[in-house]
Amino acid sequence: MKQLFFILLSIVIVSQGIAQSEKFTKAMTTGIATFDSAKTADDMLASAAAFERIGDAEKTQWLPYYYASLSQVIYAFMKNDMSQSDAYANKAEELLKKADALQPNNSEISCVKSMIATLHMLVNPQNRWQEYGPVIQTELDNAKKQDPANPRPYYLQGQNLRNTPEQFGGGCTTAKPVLEEALKKYETFKPASAIAPNWGKGQVEKTLATCK
Amino acid sequence: MLPLLPLLILLLSFLAGSAQTVVSGKVKDGKGRPVQGASISLKDTYDGATSDTLGDYHFKTTEKGEQVLLATSIGFKLQEQKITISGATMHIDIVLKQEPNELTAVTITAGSFEASDTKRTTVLNPIDIVTTASANADITSAIKTLPGAQQVGESEGLFVRGGTAQETKVFIDGTLVNNFFFSSVPDIAQRGRFSPFIFKGTVFSAGGYSALYGQALSSALILESVDLPDQSSASVGISTVGLNGGFQKLAKKKNASWGVNYNYTNLAAYFAVVKQRPDNFKIPEFHNGEANFRIKTSKTGMLKFYGYFNYNRLGLRRPDIDSIELKNAFKLTNFNVYGNLSWKEKLGKKWHLYMGASYSNNTDKIGNELQDQHNVPVSMNMEPYDTKTFYVRSNGELAQIKTVLERRLYGLSAVRFGGEYMYFTDRNTYTNQYVTNGTTTAEDHFKAAFAEADIYLTNDLAAKFGGRFEHSSQLDKANVVPRISLAYKVGNKAQASLAYGIFYQKPEKDYYLRGYAYNNLLYTKATHYIANYQRVSRDYTLRIEGYYKKYANLVKTYGTSNAGIIDSVATSGYGEAKGIELFWRDRKTLKNVDYWISYSYLDTKRDYLNYPYAIQPNFAANHTASLVVKKFVTKIKTQFNGSYTFATGRPYYNIKYSNTAGKYQIADQGKTITYNNLSFSVNYLPTIGNAKTKNFIVWVLSVNNVLGSDQVFGYNYSYNGMRKDPVLPTARRFYFLGCFLSFGVDRSDDVINSNL
Repeated sequence: MKQLFFILLSIVIVSQGIAQSEKFTKAMTTGIATFDSAKTADDMLASAAAFERIGDAEKTQWLPYYYASLSQVIYAFMKNDMSQSDAYANKAEELLKKADALQPNNSEISCVKSMIATLHMLVNPQNRWQEYGPVIQTELDNAKKQDPANPRPYYLQGQNLRNTPEQFGGGCTTAKPVLEEALKKYETFKPASAIAPNWGKGQVEKTLATCK
Repeated sequence: MLPLLPLLILLLSFLAGSAQTVVSGKVKDGKGRPVQGASISLKDTYDGATSDTLGDYHFKTTEKGEQVLLATSIGFKLQEQKITISGATMHIDIVLKQEPNELTAVTITAGSFEASDTKRTTVLNPIDIVTTASANADITSAIKTLPGAQQVGESEGLFVRGGTAQETKVFIDGTLVNNFFFSSVPDIAQRGRFSPFIFKGTVFSAGGYSALYGQALSSALILESVDLPDQSSASVGISTVGLNGGFQKLAKKKNASWGVNYNYTNLAAYFAVVKQRPDNFKIPEFHNGEANFRIKTSKTGMLKFYGYFNYNRLGLRRPDIDSIELKNAFKLTNFNVYGNLSWKEKLGKKWHLYMGASYSNNTDKIGNELQDQHNVPVSMNMEPYDTKTFYVRSNGELAQIKTVLERRLYGLSAVRFGGEYMYFTDRNTYTNQYVTNGTTTAEDHFKAAFAEADIYLTNDLAAKFGGRFEHSSQLDKANVVPRISLAYKVGNKAQASLAYGIFYQKPEKDYYLRGYAYNNLLYTKATHYIANYQRVSRDYTLRIEGYYKKYANLVKTYGTSNAGIIDSVATSGYGEAKGIELFWRDRKTLKNVDYWISYSYLDTKRDYLNYPYAIQPNFAANHTASLVVKKFVTKIKTQFNGSYTFATGRPYYNIKYSNTAGKYQIADQGKTITYNNLSFSVNYLPTIGNAKTKNFIVWVLSVNNVLGSDQVFGYNYSYNGMRKDPVLPTARRFYFLGCFLSFGVDRSDDVINSNL
């Protein structure tokens, strides 16, 4: 009888633990699905807030903060309100710092760092390129070094080049090989888990389609 | 069964926990407006929501009992409140408090134009200064396209709101700069000594400036030097006026850098091609050297040194105004060194320390000679010829130290206080046919203490209260002045400001060095009243400012001579200036075109120097307007800049001493023709965007006064008053062509990114 009690008790305790991690995975999976299907800027902001809540509750997981920061950056790009961009970028940076502290030298985090710098720069390109231009480049280089298999730094670089006028060495001609390289990497890229970053392939295809 | 009881309780509680409670409500700001996009959450749970466009939020939770509800949004403070969840639907409305924010908070702008890299939207950026067509990369020439400054072509300096050039002082990294401009040449305005590329921030205050600065009756030009460079680089340049080369080395850890630059200017080739009005018997030749180092002393600390050296010579000959047989030959040799060391550091969480020390030593050797038609010296003993041949060596030294401590208060409020000490020594040695090596000296131990507080009553209402105490040993007098300004936000992007202040300035050193009699000189004094309205958005800037300035104790000169000889001086002059200024900048209406328009109306009179009574001074025009246009054409990698400046004529006078009346009288007067200047410049950047090259090339071509409009800056009168000669620019147009290269720096990436 006593034995049975302890067996049952331990089942309850373990299942509680499993329930906790299941709850995290479930919340993350739902969150990522919302993030992937976000259509409006407000959806993206809601996604950022949801991930931030998970991050704050868990405290030791880097992925929620990573996604929160990423959603915040994409929200800012979707909003495209230059008077607010700096504030949005600062918020994204604050979230990313928490992810960075939990998971240093991560290729995915470096990608978001580069996106945040791009956001700051676009507020006033003429006067800010000196400050942010090198940061954008350095972070993309870091991302490539930290995980050579990661397609996202190539996607971001290709995207930047695509948006640069041809006269400045941008445009489709220079962007295409980089985007194709990104696509190749997407074909073979295996995310570390079901909730690990695995986005961007669709955007690469879309960007490439504009170059045909 | 008994041991299973706790298990059952556990299971039950688990089930009970799954029951969901609905929490909903509205999020509003302090003014009752809904806040969209606010994040609401239960602390340490996944549960929460984001508010919609009406500020409504809604979420379900399985949590029970005492919980903490968090709410926040960008620009607002985090709001925490304890709630008890019992299972019943909860309705909780939340009011968020605005976070004081430099981006949205009101800023005190009365009187000042700021150009900086910082994130705040400013009226001008440093790059604007370099690309203003008429400026030729001279800081003060670019500032002259802003409202408040006069178009004075016959002497250097900024003449602001009815003030003389001496009433504007220049500060680099907090400390006063003596000899900011190259040494004066009669009737020719000189450029500023320093390259605009060494500054990252510029504040041009046309009045009402902070208590941290003093001894400028009208205006302060406050320059902040650059920090660490982005990369190591070497540069060379060649132009129609000279050569330059430089090197900047950034330490591997990116925490320190040093650099040197050298500039050689020689106008021989230029003067051979472009004919000059004066006869340049000694072609202007300049040697400039610069050295700098910058060290990050900690995460928040920065130590900067900038050193400058200049040696230049020139000589020019013009017909003498009193005799068609004679000429005046003017020679100048200048030697100048300047060093500035500054340190800023954050002390603890709330304190900031700024320290600056600088030293400058300037020597001018000036010779003026009366010559005949064969350029042979002539000596004559009669007035006014007897004093036309002279030699003077003047040396000025300034050593100073300044310390400012700042303490952050709540929100954006802060207090600043500190002091400065300046030691001026001046020495003139004068020789003419009556005096040989007559030496005069002047010395001043100048001390000041100051304090000011920025008080943000709300995000929308701010006040700056300041006070300044000064003592000059030369005058042996002290003064205490108040400075007050207020700013109130009147809309999302608009704000109104008011400023009031008293400004003192000691009489120029010349009055002590020329042997004039004086008795009990006072500080010259100006009182400013300024009202300003400003609306700034990303694409447009509108600024309207009105002011009234009252002068007292201006320097008056007395004598009986018409050859400019002064017997005594006193501080008994007075005057006033009032005006309205407009500034409009538009970056959007015309595609890829950025333009600004400025207009100044000035009404001023003063009684100073030998003026018989209060009259409009000869450096003041009633109406001044500028249009500056910039357009970058991506296809040909070229930027086109144009500027047009207009000013109504300025008065000129022949003030003569009347023996019968026993005082100075206006013997003749008039107004010059209107001033028109259309200028163009083109910057061609062929390597822009070429990722394969590490070199960066810029070609610059500029032409001042393209139309060749007649420009008359005033008139010089002969001793007998029978003849007047116009003061004209040295040539009708000014041309500049240059090519500048920098090596080892891949800036193309940066430039690409700047055009994303």
